[in-house]
Amino acid sequence: MEITKTSTKPIVQEHDHHDDHHEQSFITKYIFSEDHKMIAKQFLITGIFWAIVGGAMSSLFRIQLGFPDMDLTALSPIIGNWLTPQGKIDPEVYLALITMHGTIMVFFVLTAGLSGTFSNFLIPLQIGARDMASGFMNMLSYWFFFLSSIVMFVSIFVEGGPASGGWTIYPPLSALPQAVSGSGMGMTLWLVSMALFIVSALLGSLNYITTVINLRTEGMTFFRMPLTIWAFLVTAILGVLSFPVLLSAALLLIMDRSFGTSFYLSDIYIAGEALSNQGGSAILFQHLFWFLGHPEVYIVILPSLGITSEIIATCSRKPIFGYRAMVYSIFGIGVLSFVVWAHHMFISGMNPFLGSVFTILTLIIAVPSAVKAFNYIATLWRGNIVFTPAMLFSIGLVSFFISGGLTGLFLGNSVVDINLHDTYFVVAHFHIVMGSASFFGLFAGVYHWFPKMFGRMMNRTLGYFHFWVTFIGAYLVFFPLHYIGIAGFPRRYYSFTNFETGRIESFIDLNTFVSFAAIITFVAQFVFLFNFFYSMYRGRKAPKNPWNSNTIEWTTPREPGHGNWPGAIPKVERWPYDYSKPGSDKDYIPQHIPLSKTPESNMPEDSSR
Amino acid sequence: MNLIIGIILFLSLAVVFLLFRSTEILSVAKKKMATSFEDSNNSFNAISGVVFMFLSFAVIFWYSYDQFENYFLPMASKHAPEVELLFWVTMAVTFTVFIITQVVMFYFGYRYRYKKERKAYFYPENHKLEIVWTVIPAIVLVGLIGWGLVKWNNIMGPPPKDAEVIEIMGYQFAWASRYPGPDNELGDANYKLIDVDNIVGIDFTDSSSLDDFMPREIHIPKGKPVLFKIKARDVIHSVYLPYMRSQMNAVPGMPTQMWFIPTKTTAEMREETGNENFNFEIVCNKICGRAHFSMKHTVIVEEEWEYIKWKNEQKSWIEKNPDYYANFIKNNSIDVAVLND
Ligand code: HEM
Ligand SMILES: [Cu+2]
Ligand SMILES: [Cu+2]
Repeated sequence: MEITKTSTKPIVQEHDHHDDHHEQSFITKYIFSEDHKMIAKQFLITGIFWAIVGGAMSSLFRIQLGFPDMDLTALSPIIGNWLTPQGKIDPEVYLALITMHGTIMVFFVLTAGLSGTFSNFLIPLQIGARDMASGFMNMLSYWFFFLSSIVMFVSIFVEGGPASGGWTIYPPLSALPQAVSGSGMGMTLWLVSMALFIVSALLGSLNYITTVINLRTEGMTFFRMPLTIWAFLVTAILGVLSFPVLLSAALLLIMDRSFGTSFYLSDIYIAGEALSNQGGSAILFQHLFWFLGHPEVYIVILPSLGITSEIIATCSRKPIFGYRAMVYSIFGIGVLSFVVWAHHMFISGMNPFLGSVFTILTLIIAVPSAVKAFNYIATLWRGNIVFTPAMLFSIGLVSFFISGGLTGLFLGNSVVDINLHDTYFVVAHFHIVMGSASFFGLFAGVYHWFPKMFGRMMNRTLGYFHFWVTFIGAYLVFFPLHYIGIAGFPRRYYSFTNFETGRIESFIDLNTFVSFAAIITFVAQFVFLFNFFYSMYRGRKAPKNPWNSNTIEWTTPREPGHGNWPGAIPKVERWPYDYSKPGSDKDYIPQHIPLSKTPESNMPEDSSR
Repeated sequence: MNLIIGIILFLSLAVVFLLFRSTEILSVAKKKMATSFEDSNNSFNAISGVVFMFLSFAVIFWYSYDQFENYFLPMASKHAPEVELLFWVTMAVTFTVFIITQVVMFYFGYRYRYKKERKAYFYPENHKLEIVWTVIPAIVLVGLIGWGLVKWNNIMGPPPKDAEVIEIMGYQFAWASRYPGPDNELGDANYKLIDVDNIVGIDFTDSSSLDDFMPREIHIPKGKPVLFKIKARDVIHSVYLPYMRSQMNAVPGMPTQMWFIPTKTTAEMREETGNENFNFEIVCNKICGRAHFSMKHTVIVEEEWEYIKWKNEQKSWIEKNPDYYANFIKNNSIDVAVLND
């Protein structure tokens, strides 16, 4: 492919004077930083904070599900007003907890925490740019996220409690404070917070797209970009196209809530009163929500898939199998993810014919996903596999992606979904394919790029421990939920003690077991946190290229300063996957090494890579 | 208690810390590069993967087999076995893929774990292979979808003409049902007419509503198509009948419907499950607020003759609430006429 000349030249010059580091004040360096690396760390730390909150919430409601009779009075200093006089979690608090848990995990951890961290950190470093296209917008993106976080956090403590209509906030439940107390102030703050969040996501995504398109270093053609960058690029495009739709859905909901409009409301009698709203459609909200919601699940998983593609290639010491196919499948998934949304609505009452159409479209999207899984496995074949913690987490991701993806074939087939919709089968499915898989991508990324972020290594032994406990734990927590779902247990149930379908008594032990596993797995994450923070200061100093990787972020100094490369940005001479090339005596040839220096290993195909 | 927890926490922290320091110091002492690739742990991890995989297969097989009766609900509608057949065929397909891919992946991890003297095989692509594993899943999927859609269209398609029509309305946090009565026609209803007594807002100016009756429990006949006309009056609910493999949301402002043919009476189910208190229940399966988890309604399936007998015994709503009816006619006759315009 011809090398496209990108317009990096002027920027290189403009930035040249940055290299002799004028001292930055604490505020511009750590707080209102415009440096993509610092912003990435801000996203990461905030994401970690949210993950702890979201995880702690899940432990709480797992206690309710697994030990329904437990007296939690001992916790009352922390969660006092959430308890009934008997020391049990209040049913509405339960709903509020799962709503916050879902919202936090999906948006705050796995969208902002994941994309925000790695798109910011890796895009400039891997495409050879001094920084993002607009450092200022990038900073704004973080601070909007921060504001949104504050609003969401405050909402947990307001009168009436936080939003409690589920993370999907279907009206009328979310529109009417009479329906559930969380639909009062808590819901208002939820909407405000999400509006801020969307602004943040848009600022970030536009920046990622612009940067990838315009700021690639010389020689970095599109098809020489590492798969991480492809994944971030498509993720950002999905975000730009879908988040505004959520914003409009939220705006209409705000109007219905506060200004007496009837977009989603019709024919409602509640709390002894017939409301005057007529002509609205509750289904409309679901269409708008899932028009974002489905792309959103790919926004959550694609960056993780990109990260693992990179790590699996590096740690297998092999080129990723089918690079082009991987790129096309990312695009395929991206495009298709916009036309499958109504598979969440098969039994919402929409026309069954639409159900047929969305069944077909949904199962088509399984094809590129399957291709990705097969390509990962083919990359392992005859590799020389180094199990770094990052590699272990990547393999864990592939395992989850397969097991969770397969259950999607049940849910995507409308007729089978009739009986599975909104049961624990769904909870199992999305926790494995989206929750666990993306989380594993996040962990893999942290272990892999920690040396570049902080100049030090994380402890490997603790990494292994963390991996095995989390991997086994996640399967133990989420796999059993399939059985509970097949048995027809609905999700978002506070308690099953008076649920009489099937043999509920046979699942009491299973539920207790799952809760045990969940709490242990959650607690084990503190080993990771310890490793993370302690290694930041006390880890062994990292070598420049600890994983013998090809991508150009490893040509920067151990702790890259503002502008990333002290001298000129390296020119890219080849694709990023020249691992174990025949003829070469090393098992990797970094991207900036020209073909002219490696005559012994050049191949005819190299000219097209 | 708090003290014990405190001590446990402290000890685990200490262990983690010691593990951290000792492994760091050990690796420095051995003069290992911070990232040296030869690592005795490499084989440990590779082997653990395989062990984990076999153990989990064993547990999954054992549990799925041992507990089958507990998680697989008896089927009590005509379409249920058809749906279940597709479900289990999908299960067979996906389970095979699951086993094969996981075995291959963990085996590769073990077989190709790092060895210093070996070099990985530079193998960037193979178009044939990629086409094969694009096309095969595509074909399998076409099969599953085609089959699914045929069934979907049957189940969701128009109900047979002779279906028993019953109106089901969800509200926080219970279900109400209304039968058309002898005239086989549900009278009009309007949400503005709802009050404490008339919970579904029956409009008694419509003559076909006069014989409508609203029983405590839903009765349906075995072997006859049953059509639920579904409404909600406040928030979204979902009519879910797990044994019938039937479900449909109840949406305020948008009537929905579902139909099925029951194939087992409640009495038969009591025998089959050995539970003399067994009852079919509509369970709410869409988050609807505080008592979502306890929002259910008994459904009694009986032989057709029993059903007819039961139906004939039911008194119409106005017969049970004559005062209300008298008042209604007095107050509403004019309003309603306007309303219905
Ligand atoms: C710490 C491990 C986790 C545990 C033990 C856990 C447990 C659960 C359970 C039991 C529910 C269902 C509650 C109910 O329906 O009554 C739930 C809901 C949910 N979880 Fe998790 N979860 C965990 C992590 C995650 C992660 C990583 C994600 C990220 C995608 C996630 C996303 C969600 C979502 C979106 C819901 C649905 C919330 C709703 O119904 O509105 N969870 N979680
Ligand atoms: Cu979806
Ligand atoms: Cu409900």
